Amino acid sequence: MKTRLVLVAVLLLAASTVAGGTVTARRALVAADDRPLGPGAVTVTLGIEHSAFNMKELEVRRGTTVTFVVRNTDPIAHELIVGDAAVHRRHESGTESNHDRVPGELTVAPHATASTPYHFATPGTFVFACHLPGHVAYGMAGAIRVLDS
Amino acid sequence: MSIRRFVTSGAALTLLALGAGSPAWGCGGLVGENGTVQLVKTTTLAAFHNGVQRYVTSFEFTGAGEEVGSIVPLPGVPTAVERGGDWTLQRLAREVAPPLAQGRAESAGAVAASAQVLLETKIDALDITVLKGGGDEVGEWATKNGFVLTPDSPEVLDFYAARSPIFMAAKFNASRAALLGQGRGDGTPIMITIPLDEPWVPLRILGLGLDGAQIVEADVFLLTDAEPDLLAGGPGLTLSRSENASSSLLTDLRTDKGMEWVPPDMWLTYLQLEAPAAELDYDLAISTTAGREPLRAAAGLDLSDSAVHISSHHGRPLWPIAIVVGGAAVLVVSFVRARVRSGAVE
Repeated sequence: MKTRLVLVAVLLLAASTVAGGTVTARRALVAADDRPLGPGAVTVTLGIEHSAFNMKELEVRRGTTVTFVVRNTDPIAHELIVGDAAVHRRHESGTESNHDRVPGELTVAPHATASTPYHFATPGTFVFACHLPGHVAYGMAGAIRVLDS
Repeated sequence: MSIRRFVTSGAALTLLALGAGSPAWGCGGLVGENGTVQLVKTTTLAAFHNGVQRYVTSFEFTGAGEEVGSIVPLPGVPTAVERGGDWTLQRLAREVAPPLAQGRAESAGAVAASAQVLLETKIDALDITVLKGGGDEVGEWATKNGFVLTPDSPEVLDFYAARSPIFMAAKFNASRAALLGQGRGDGTPIMITIPLDEPWVPLRILGLGLDGAQIVEADVFLLTDAEPDLLAGGPGLTLSRSENASSSLLTDLRTDKGMEWVPPDMWLTYLQLEAPAAELDYDLAISTTAGREPLRAAAGLDLSDSAVHISSHHGRPLWPIAIVVGGAAVLVVSFVRARVRSGAVE
């Protein structure tokens, strides 16, 4: 539990900093050869167990379209919302009960797998998170750094 | 982070959550429609006699509104879930209240796959279901039955299911409460009877849905045939009483509904839990067998966890910590069934 809390604190800090565009990923998910993913079409599988993403950071090149495949092994629903700070501000207080029409926005039912594409057209730092009540505070957020080259 | 203050009234042990207009359990945490959690102090009796553990706790209704539910991990399959006595918890509280602590009381003399439903019953405004299944199965059952689980629920359910795949889901039916004339603050005591070899009391569940820094408070009473050895996994537990139960206490308890089983001699242990939710990652293991220590696994500990052995044997200090008991069955999980689910999402 203590470990989990520390992790939550780190992630919250990362999420808030990323939203401001200044975060530096400490350990990014990159291609097998240790380079950022892309450009072009890429598939990233995100696992969720015990209300935690199995990945906290991702590094891609500008011009990459990532298809996020989210595998939820929990008995509760989760979300994947990808976007900049404005997107996350909107979802923090949103009331949409289901996400399935906007790229980068996804609701995943319990014990289900779903996918959504998101095109990273500009360099910068983005956040992925689950905005169900209490889930970001519990640690369900991560950073995506988009490199210019 | 908001930490609620507790309100206690003289003889009444149960506490009121201060969230206006919201229903809440009197035995743990409450998750509101928007995911906020209110703190509610827990009071529980865990009695172990002749190989049978009995939990007595009270579910408190704090107002009309949404339906509220709790999920309580149980150490075994209950043979009975019934309405508890009317004054057992209050009488225990009075026993350890400061004025009586001076010894005057005695002188007064006197899923995945589906979870399996093992038992269903209604007690006053409570709909109670005893389930058997893994954390996923019970979580899925809860979700399908209108419970809104907090994000820490999957991990906590797995934590308990690994030891005992038995859970009790209790849901307060606001409409029936109204028909029964139950108002804010009215409690419904519940007694759960469980045959067990190695009793334990769930504590970790009390922190469900809370921010890590929020303080979990609970009063835990144990009645056992002999002085128990207790094992817990962290700080926050104070052994406030460990003594032969007074004859007046046992007599009073025996005359309460469903408490005829209370023998003439028992050992009373009173523990007070006050710990940040982040540190409450353990339960309380109990042994009343001479020469046999409480099981680490029963306290939810693995080999790498440090444990606190709490015992007043041999004049050891009583402040200890660790342990605890827990809250008995209580637990909490919970959630609230939002009447307007859209407001709870996103």
